[in-house]
Amino acid sequence: MPTYTVTVNGKSQTVDASEDTPMLWVLRDHLNMVGTKFGCGIAQCGACTIHLDGNAVRSCQLTIAQVSDKEITTIEGLSEDGSHPVQQAWKEVDVPQCGYCQAGQMMTASAFLNKNANPDETDIKNAMHGNICRCGSYNRIYKAVAIAADKMNS
Amino acid sequence: MSTPITFSRRNFIRTSSIASGGLLIGFNLLQSCKPKVVAEPEIDLASLDYQDFNAFIKIADNGAVTIFSPNPEIGQGVKTSMPMIIAEELDVAWDMVHVEQGVLDTKNYTRQLAGGSQSIRTGWDALRKTGATAKQMLVNAAAARWGVDASECSVSEGIITNAAGAQLGYGELVAEAAAMEVPEDVVLKEPKDYKIIGTDVGNVDIDKITSGKPLFGMDYKAEGMVYASVLRPPAFGQELVSFDASEAKAIPGVIDVITIGDKARSYLEKGGNWTVRLSTSDKVVVLANSTWEAFKGKKAIKATWTAATPLESTELHDKKLLELLDGNKFQTLRSDGNVKKAFAQADEVLERTYESPFLPHNCMEPMNFYADITDDKIHLVGPIQTPEFAAIAVADLLERDVEDIHLEMTRMGGGFGRRLYSDFVLEASEISDKIKKPVKMVSSREDDMTTGVYRPAIKYRIAAAVKGGKITGYHLKEAAINGNMYGLIPNFFPAGAIENYQVDAANYQSNITVGAWRAPYTNFLAFAEQSFFDELAEMISVDPIQLRLDLLQNVKGTTDERIQYSAERMEDVIKLAVEKSDWGNKPEGTYQGFVSYYCHNTHVAEVADVVIENGQPVVKKVTCAVDCGILVNRLGALNQIEGGVVDGTGHAMYGDFAFNDGKPEAQNFDRYRLIRMKEAPLVETHFVKNTIAPTGLGEPTLPPAGGAIANAIKAATGNRLQNQPFSKYPELLRAPKKEIIG
Ligand code: FES
Ligand code: FES
Repeated sequence: MPTYTVTVNGKSQTVDASEDTPMLWVLRDHLNMVGTKFGCGIAQCGACTIHLDGNAVRSCQLTIAQVSDKEITTIEGLSEDGSHPVQQAWKEVDVPQCGYCQAGQMMTASAFLNKNANPDETDIKNAMHGNICRCGSYNRIYKAVAIAADKMNS
Repeated sequence: MSTPITFSRRNFIRTSSIASGGLLIGFNLLQSCKPKVVAEPEIDLASLDYQDFNAFIKIADNGAVTIFSPNPEIGQGVKTSMPMIIAEELDVAWDMVHVEQGVLDTKNYTRQLAGGSQSIRTGWDALRKTGATAKQMLVNAAAARWGVDASECSVSEGIITNAAGAQLGYGELVAEAAAMEVPEDVVLKEPKDYKIIGTDVGNVDIDKITSGKPLFGMDYKAEGMVYASVLRPPAFGQELVSFDASEAKAIPGVIDVITIGDKARSYLEKGGNWTVRLSTSDKVVVLANSTWEAFKGKKAIKATWTAATPLESTELHDKKLLELLDGNKFQTLRSDGNVKKAFAQADEVLERTYESPFLPHNCMEPMNFYADITDDKIHLVGPIQTPEFAAIAVADLLERDVEDIHLEMTRMGGGFGRRLYSDFVLEASEISDKIKKPVKMVSSREDDMTTGVYRPAIKYRIAAAVKGGKITGYHLKEAAINGNMYGLIPNFFPAGAIENYQVDAANYQSNITVGAWRAPYTNFLAFAEQSFFDELAEMISVDPIQLRLDLLQNVKGTTDERIQYSAERMEDVIKLAVEKSDWGNKPEGTYQGFVSYYCHNTHVAEVADVVIENGQPVVKKVTCAVDCGILVNRLGALNQIEGGVVDGTGHAMYGDFAFNDGKPEAQNFDRYRLIRMKEAPLVETHFVKNTIAPTGLGEPTLPPAGGAIANAIKAATGNRLQNQPFSKYPELLRAPKKEIIG
């Protein structure tokens, strides 16, 4: 099995895995970072969202062979201490119900807010469209993204 | 420094007098030379030195409290709200409380089950008494130390004060309190004195969820564990004939390919239990070093299947269910007066048929379970709503003693009823038993969606007889797959409100597995009945809300014990919803639809606001009025209500699941549409305030949503929707053409 070096949350790590292994499973099963979630495996739900060089991507669609020289950030690396504005906003609003989709929601939101610091309602709803919350916590996700935007601006 | 004294188990207090089944209050009997202070909130409560044993409460010598939450957490919030109830009566500050998930422990906990929105309602008395008993023993210990009467002592947030003003913290008293006699009767707080109940308390797992810490069954790992992916029959009715695993075995990371099924079959012959939904077919299991390799291996299996029973399609089900509605093979579930006569004498009759599809649960976290079966013990870990029944099923499957089982519940990425059924626990157990290794069975989304336990497809036919402008008869017929409405559902509104009333049920036996799906039966029944009432009101020219209020008058003072909804409480939510939704006073272009409903012991009224955008009706907002009695956790309650409404909206609009030759047409979220943020209405909630014992909220706001939306869409478009999902009928989701004037 080939060996790959990947940089996750600023840390370089080596992994033995076949070249078609999605980063989702590299993170979860090989690197024991289980914050990134499996929901569908076909780019439909967003539960597996991570940042690749700052862009929100679906880790279920990204193979280990595609990431060699790129920087990966996962929910575990969003901040050291839970202080990222998105994390703060999520806690303030108490967003989660079951909580399973929320890492993906937060990774989508944080990448989006880095690019658009002053989103309006439509911007937020378009940005979050790819992330399913089966529990239906959309009212709170929306509110938390809006609050996180304010926090990032102040 | 002296070492902590560990007391033996018999020093712990069993307060079996408290509740049926016995509840255990445990104190951490820890003594040390640490200063006896009340801990500051900054202390990491999880890291304190507690003695480890199973019970509801542990108190450390610095006053910090660990509360074990007994029931499974599926996102309904009980891991936060149940400990809140204990903490309230124990009288400690919430920020001194650390919550942990209890394991399955049938000796010390009762009803460790997540289902029917019943955790809070059935736990209310026992949880309060548990906290109050512990408090009373601490007070008695303080009084004894001071040599005063306990009645002279008062408590606030873990500090006991006597008449002279002296104070002792709980932490200083734990050892003595444990030696106190268990009080028979304890005084519970008056609701007006609540400090924790009724406040906004955040999810106890929020830090872990927002930082990606392991929490869910999918996240659980153990030394030496292998991953298993299970190939089940692709169509209901099929069984395995043969398979070729050579390609799968050649995949790097695949350890072995085996089959399971023998144990499942002999267990099924013995009858199983109500949580068991298992195929009798052999299943092919790919064992691998990682989930991905197990999934890949499964795809590479070449299997041959045969139809052991006929492969069914939605077309067949539609035909069969309509035949049942037209026929006379019904079981009567409730009958008042003489419906036949009422219809024969009616001036006018309204009859409508409502149709719904199967629905998969689609929990965000696919089914999975960890099992480690050895000759000495059975270790099970994972997401299950019915841990007690799952443990019994595993013991029976493996012909082992249930006492050998240690079952830990993980936080669940959704339940919705799917995890009431233990098929995946049994599969993981049969695999581990066979390979003698710890195993984690993981389903892919496709496995999860296509080998599910579905909400059954159901059709209702409702007829009402009207004479002299009054509703004199009501006849509801249900035709469903594999089973019918149960319990008190036939006694929900309008039972008791209409003199001649009858509910009949019939079912078609199919080989497709069905089961409970969030708010079983009422999730569609509410839509059917509440759409019907609106149409009935229109027919007899009465305001639709007035029609409901008028009918409720007939229920007041009923002595029929089967009728559990309250006309008075229903009136309250109706009035609140009317007021808060600005019913009837909306600006032009906003169309409203109304529903009032009772299920799972909670009364709810919902008003949907619909506008026309780009020629189509769009649900903008749903105003909810809810009477769930005392609010335990306002923040959590609001979350459940919002989720229920959004879930109800999504499935009424988009939820469709058809079968072709035994196979589901949709296999993943590309073909199965779940509601997304843009489509979710804003949910605004108002509570009826009272001091009645609390009821659950996991389900009750879901059923009314579809009807409120359908009634609003009727107002907006003139079209009545009778079948779900609405998106299947684009011709009905169109604004009427405006007349061009001039
Ligand atoms: S798991 Fe990657 S999008 Fe669903
Ligand atoms: S909180 Fe459960 S899926 Fe989003």
